Amino acid sequence: MDKYILEIQNISKRYGGNVILKDISLNVREGDTVVIIGPSGTGKSTLLRCINLLTRIDTGKILLDGKDITTKNVSEDEVRQHVGMVFQNFLLFNHLTALDNVMIGLTKVRKMPANQAKEKAMQELRRVGLADRASHYPGQLSGGQQQRVAIARALAMDPRVMLFDEPTSALDPELIGEVLEVMRKLAEEGMTMLCVTHEMGFAREVADRIIFMEHGVIVEEGPPAELFYRPKFERTREFLWKITELYGKHKDEEKPGDTST
Amino acid sequence: MSEWFTLFSNSLPEFWKGTLITLLLTSTGLGIGFLLGIPAAVIRIYGSKYLRWLAIGYIELFRGTPALVQLFVIYYGLPDMGITLDRIPAAIIALGLNSGAYQAEYFRSAIQAIGHDQMMAARAIGMSRIKAIWNIILPQAMRLVIPAWSNEPVSLLKTTAIAFLIAVPDLMTKAKMVATRTYDPIGAYLAVAVIYLILVVILTAILEYISRKSRIPGFDLEIEAQRST
Ligand SMILES: Nc1ncnc2c1ncn2[C@@H]1O[C@H](COP(=O)(O)OP(=O)(O)OP(=O)(O)O)[C@@H](O)[C@H]1O
Ligand SMILES: [Mg+2]
Repeated sequence: MDKYILEIQNISKRYGGNVILKDISLNVREGDTVVIIGPSGTGKSTLLRCINLLTRIDTGKILLDGKDITTKNVSEDEVRQHVGMVFQNFLLFNHLTALDNVMIGLTKVRKMPANQAKEKAMQELRRVGLADRASHYPGQLSGGQQQRVAIARALAMDPRVMLFDEPTSALDPELIGEVLEVMRKLAEEGMTMLCVTHEMGFAREVADRIIFMEHGVIVEEGPPAELFYRPKFERTREFLWKITELYGKHKDEEKPGDTST
Repeated sequence: MSEWFTLFSNSLPEFWKGTLITLLLTSTGLGIGFLLGIPAAVIRIYGSKYLRWLAIGYIELFRGTPALVQLFVIYYGLPDMGITLDRIPAAIIALGLNSGAYQAEYFRSAIQAIGHDQMMAARAIGMSRIKAIWNIILPQAMRLVIPAWSNEPVSLLKTTAIAFLIAVPDLMTKAKMVATRTYDPIGAYLAVAVIYLILVVILTAILEYISRKSRIPGFDLEIEAQRST
């Protein structure tokens, strides 16, 4: 129960002369939902990309289930099967149906027989409420549905950790809810999740911990209640105030009958 | 006019043989070009530094020199290096190498249009680069490339006429023979022009059909939308 599933130890990352992540450390327990917030360009996406090795860190190390995944002799492809990633713009495979999108990792990466893979893929689509859209192509699905398929695609690999990089910020307001609902359910089922999101309602209700990042460092972290109501730093308070204002407004717009802009 | 029809129908067996050779040159050249073009494009984009230079060298060499020069080098030049080829194989190899360079560029632009993101998504579920290229990038690129690539069979069909200059008995060579026999060069060349035109029309119709069949529901819409913004 108290075992860390993910241990990020003093990692740094620079692009050219710009230091993007500065000596970041973060431990995540099994079943935890961690929400990462922070201004644009702060390195939130970079942090997630380092965790599933889409980006290589410069110093420090990352342990998954106690095993260092950042040493040279570790197979990236192997690690990525255990770390699911959901992108802001879904990135479904355009030439494949929803079912095939979810299946392809099972058949081509895990070498699962087709009928078994299909069964598992259908199960994952059911999990995100899209079994009836199995034969649709991405271009025939709404943004919210596409993102749910993308979640199913990641889940099919039975990941130890799921990473979400602003999964709802490319969506029309009326489609955000269905994606958050799936994520909320996952959290309840005990999935370990790291979510970069500015959906503060979700963060407040679902997160075990919120991390506030700025300029490549973790400024402050703590349970939602603590960060929201008793932030230690003025910067945290300012930022939270700003995004609740920003995102709170569009929440109001969702109210039926409200025509104000 | 009726004289011309007489010439045409009298020479039909000859033209037919020539047409078969022309189609043979076109299809094999296209096939070889396809098999060369895809790896050349993939290597040019994803290859290591030296392999990439190799691909660029091949593509630019064959796109940057006249097809006729390439044919002559292969047919007349290679024997000096101890490689002697018959006329038809020489023509096929020259056309294949030439077409491969052009096809590589069509594939390259399609692959680049598919973009980094699809590769990243494939890598994120644990696919290796090779698997991602094979299962994710190429299937999409192959569909995307069709409209642009459709120029290639037609253009190659017309380019095969250069085989005449090493006396391959293709349509063009037959035209020359008919012209000599009938003393009616205008009639003879007009006749093959008509035949080339018919072949192009048929080829275009086939390509059109393939392009329609291979459409991904909702996908082309998306690409258009991306371009218009
Ligand atoms: N491949 C790259 N090469 C160079 N610089 C990069 C690269 N990727 C990201 N950066 C830079 O790193 C910084 C952090 O980027 P990152 O995408 O991690 O920020 P973010 O916190 O996710 O921002 P946002 O909220 O806008 O998504 C940015 O200044 C960005 O320009
Ligand atoms: Mg980001």
